[in-house]
Amino acid sequence: MSPTSDSSDRSAGGFGGYDPQSTGEIDSDVRGEILRQAGREPVTRAAQPLTAYGPQPAAGMTHYVRQTDIDPRAARRAERQVSIMFGLSALATVGFMIAYVVLPADSLVALPFFGRTSASNLALGLSLGLAIFLIGAGAIHWAKKLMPDVELSQERHPMLPDEQTRADALGQVVEGGLESGITRRPLLRRTLLAAMALLPLPAIVMLRDLGPAPKGELFRTMWSDGRRILADITYQPLRPEDIPVGAMVSAVPEGIVEVTHETGTLNERAKAPVVLVRMAPEDIRSQQGQGWDYQGILAYSKICTHVGCPIALYQQRTKHLLCPCHQSTFDLADSGVPIFGPAARRLPQLAISVDSEGYLVALGDFAEPVGPTIWERE
Amino acid sequence: MTATITPPAGPVQRGAEATYDYLDQRLGLSALLKTNVRKIFPDHWSFMLGEIALYSFIVVLLTGTFLTFFYKPSVTEIIYDGSYLPLRGIPMSEAYASTLNISFDIRGGLLMRQIHHWAALFFVAAISVHMFRVFFTGAFRKPREFNWLIGVSLLVLALLAGFAGYSLPDDLLSGTGLRIAAGIMQSIPVVGTWLVFLAFEGEFPGTAFIPRLYTIHVLLVPGLILALITAHLILVFYQKHTQYPGKGRTNTNVVGYPLLPVYVAKAGGFFFIVFGVLTLISALVTINPIWLYGPYMPDQVTAGSQPDWYIGFLEGALRMMPAWELLIFGYPISLNVLVPALILPGLIFTLIALYPFIEAWVTGDRREHHLLDRPRNAATRTALGVMGLTFYVVLFINGGNDVIATTFDLSINSITWAMRILLILGPWAAFVVTKRICLGLQRRDRDLLLHGRETGRILRLPSGEFVEVHEPVSEERAAILMARQDVRPLPLPPATDADGVRTPGLWHRRVRSRLSQWWYRDDIPAVTPAELAAAQSHIRHELAAAESMGVLPHEPELSEALSRH
Ligand code: HEM
Ligand code: FES
Repeated sequence: MSPTSDSSDRSAGGFGGYDPQSTGEIDSDVRGEILRQAGREPVTRAAQPLTAYGPQPAAGMTHYVRQTDIDPRAARRAERQVSIMFGLSALATVGFMIAYVVLPADSLVALPFFGRTSASNLALGLSLGLAIFLIGAGAIHWAKKLMPDVELSQERHPMLPDEQTRADALGQVVEGGLESGITRRPLLRRTLLAAMALLPLPAIVMLRDLGPAPKGELFRTMWSDGRRILADITYQPLRPEDIPVGAMVSAVPEGIVEVTHETGTLNERAKAPVVLVRMAPEDIRSQQGQGWDYQGILAYSKICTHVGCPIALYQQRTKHLLCPCHQSTFDLADSGVPIFGPAARRLPQLAISVDSEGYLVALGDFAEPVGPTIWERE
Repeated sequence: MTATITPPAGPVQRGAEATYDYLDQRLGLSALLKTNVRKIFPDHWSFMLGEIALYSFIVVLLTGTFLTFFYKPSVTEIIYDGSYLPLRGIPMSEAYASTLNISFDIRGGLLMRQIHHWAALFFVAAISVHMFRVFFTGAFRKPREFNWLIGVSLLVLALLAGFAGYSLPDDLLSGTGLRIAAGIMQSIPVVGTWLVFLAFEGEFPGTAFIPRLYTIHVLLVPGLILALITAHLILVFYQKHTQYPGKGRTNTNVVGYPLLPVYVAKAGGFFFIVFGVLTLISALVTINPIWLYGPYMPDQVTAGSQPDWYIGFLEGALRMMPAWELLIFGYPISLNVLVPALILPGLIFTLIALYPFIEAWVTGDRREHHLLDRPRNAATRTALGVMGLTFYVVLFINGGNDVIATTFDLSINSITWAMRILLILGPWAAFVVTKRICLGLQRRDRDLLLHGRETGRILRLPSGEFVEVHEPVSEERAAILMARQDVRPLPLPPATDADGVRTPGLWHRRVRSRLSQWWYRDDIPAVTPAELAAAQSHIRHELAAAESMGVLPHEPELSEALSRH
């Protein structure tokens, strides 16, 4: 069906359809006809041209007439609403500029429900948010109320082209391939394949210098015979008296601050930390070495053997140490074995004693590597 | 043709025409526009999910670019002296200090950080829900399998981008996340230690990783995402969007609104809505307040710390896994880490990627599908989907088992055990229940078509009997309900052909036929057009008969009749 030149026909199809001569008003008799159908009565449309170009409405589609299609006042009201949204957006942008100039970045404001929050963030965010949102809201309101809401239909063609096209395309591919000679010259083909297969290797090889070869760093920490045990944070050397029965203290080796500065890394911090706990000697059911405690003070690695979180939650009553990451639980009264959660290996124990001045010291490094699984461990 | 456009020519008009002409001569614009300006896009709320993903990604790019101007990807130690008083004088990495700077000293910096983070969360959420929409409606079927594969890659990349970004500020939480990642890497058999030493330029944490992660986060992953999104959208455009069944909608047409003006206004407007909403949320709701966590220290941790939501399922899997570690020839195989952190996600994503091909193989369906399935009509697929979703949700919930434990005062031990059992049994229960619900809905649809809908009007027949008047369902409704077709499962292959020769590939074809029988087994027979016609004329007949014979009962009788009903 081709578009007709009858103007009433076109506007009848034009519940907001494209009509170049349209002034936005609708013919009075057409309008009367549409009014009879209004009240959101569905109108089943015949396949009639809606616009002069492009896709047309599908036959038999149901369509609901909108107030704005038939009542110019409703349409003008919608137009006003959209313009107000756009206008408010512009105002919000101006508001943003003012807030940017007036409010310092670190200003605070107390709000009910939201609590203390950054005044600058609040003002900038609300103004910018509204400025952006209102453009979107206006555009969608415009589309819903004032643009045609008649659904159009377009043909879909199967993905697979017809035989003719296929034969033509395939023929060209085959001919082109034959012309290259790649099928007839196996030597060419094979050497090209070999060359291409090798080419990615440099890209892989060059990744080698991303890092050094492991040289047993994961098996060593700073701990050594006679090295003092410092309280974490204060870095004061600890005496046995500083740790009452039932207590847990986080500790690091003496010199860790200096090592951190020298190397510029936190690597030692990720391995060496220990927890010290003290229990009545008769409560210790087992430990990893004879006499590794000092008067009931036990030192265990603080690094979880699961995937390496620092462990910090100690339950004095059960003598269990709980990892906050995945809740592996270790029994410090029983050699630090895991009793719950995903960790499979015990926490390495550090043998400790006191030096001549009465400060707690290590008796050497850990006997086994700390932290998560290492493939090369025996 | 009368509808030639001859508006009054003003300077703007002439300028526009000249520009168009200029471009047309050089780009052949008209040929391109002719077929695309009024391209039809079907409309449905669920089609906006992909759009939300797209727009969140654009917002992420815009705000992220701003952040790069101020963020310093370096772990060099400095002493903080910015505006945030509680951390003044504390040694920290430049990365952390610059993030504090963005939050407290750059005007609008906190806003950009928060929009960036919220948009990233929305991005992953929208992709996930979009994927479920595509799954449950069968939009992945031929010819859209490639777009499904691109989609799965996008999902994985989005998770990667999120994790990398979360790790950049070098605060206590992000550092702990990296520590876990390094531990997971280290547990990989044979190459684990080497991988860590290459990635971190030595031991964890070293100084190289944050700058490297930065490149991955701002260049590599977004570049890939951008390229894949482009391909994704080109395919959507080229293959045309699917549509839900309905009156006038067939497998060979697209019904909806034209690109210009409606779709441009709606989709373009929707970008501003998404951006605006993200900005408003960021104005009001703090996300990732890194200043509260303090700088990263490998021997410190806060209890109850939670990763971003999309890592939750991995976290839950890690927490749930029993402490299994094997020793093989003296070498440790850490199943407790490998299974939940690498094998499980690997399997999940492989299965998701292969799903369209598995389903096509089982059903033997080789047709093109442009009409979407209503989920009930593909009962087995829907049940499988809910099964997978249940598995995911159990893992996700277990990711917060410590929060649940403290909130409800339960023991972590019993929660973990309950979740382990639920992880095994829950999905099966979900499958059975979902399938039943789908079949129930299929039955109801059939009844509606064959017996009409209840009008709520009661008539009394001369015999004194009360009947409720039924009416055929509307044409629109019928078009939707009739969209399902009966599919015959693949037949069992004969063991031998007519000449007694053994059928080739017998075993393979048998398995497939069994699976196909299982797939369609319980489906309620679809209503055929002939059945529908007969049923409708029957209903109309009854209606007419009842109306001619029956009378509307008086009020008291009516209420009695209704109460008996
Ligand atoms: C970066 C992430 C993604 C973006 C930005 C994105 C964007 C979009 C958009 C805008 C559409 C058209 C509108 C719609 O149907 O929602 C679409 C369609 C589609 N998407 Fe995605 N998507 C993403 C991820 C995914 C994922 C994870 C999957 C599945 C694994 C997927 C599979 C599909 C398919 C099959 C279609 C065609 C649907 C149809 O025609 O009905 N996408 N995508
Ligand atoms: S790191 Fe301690 S339980 Fe996972």
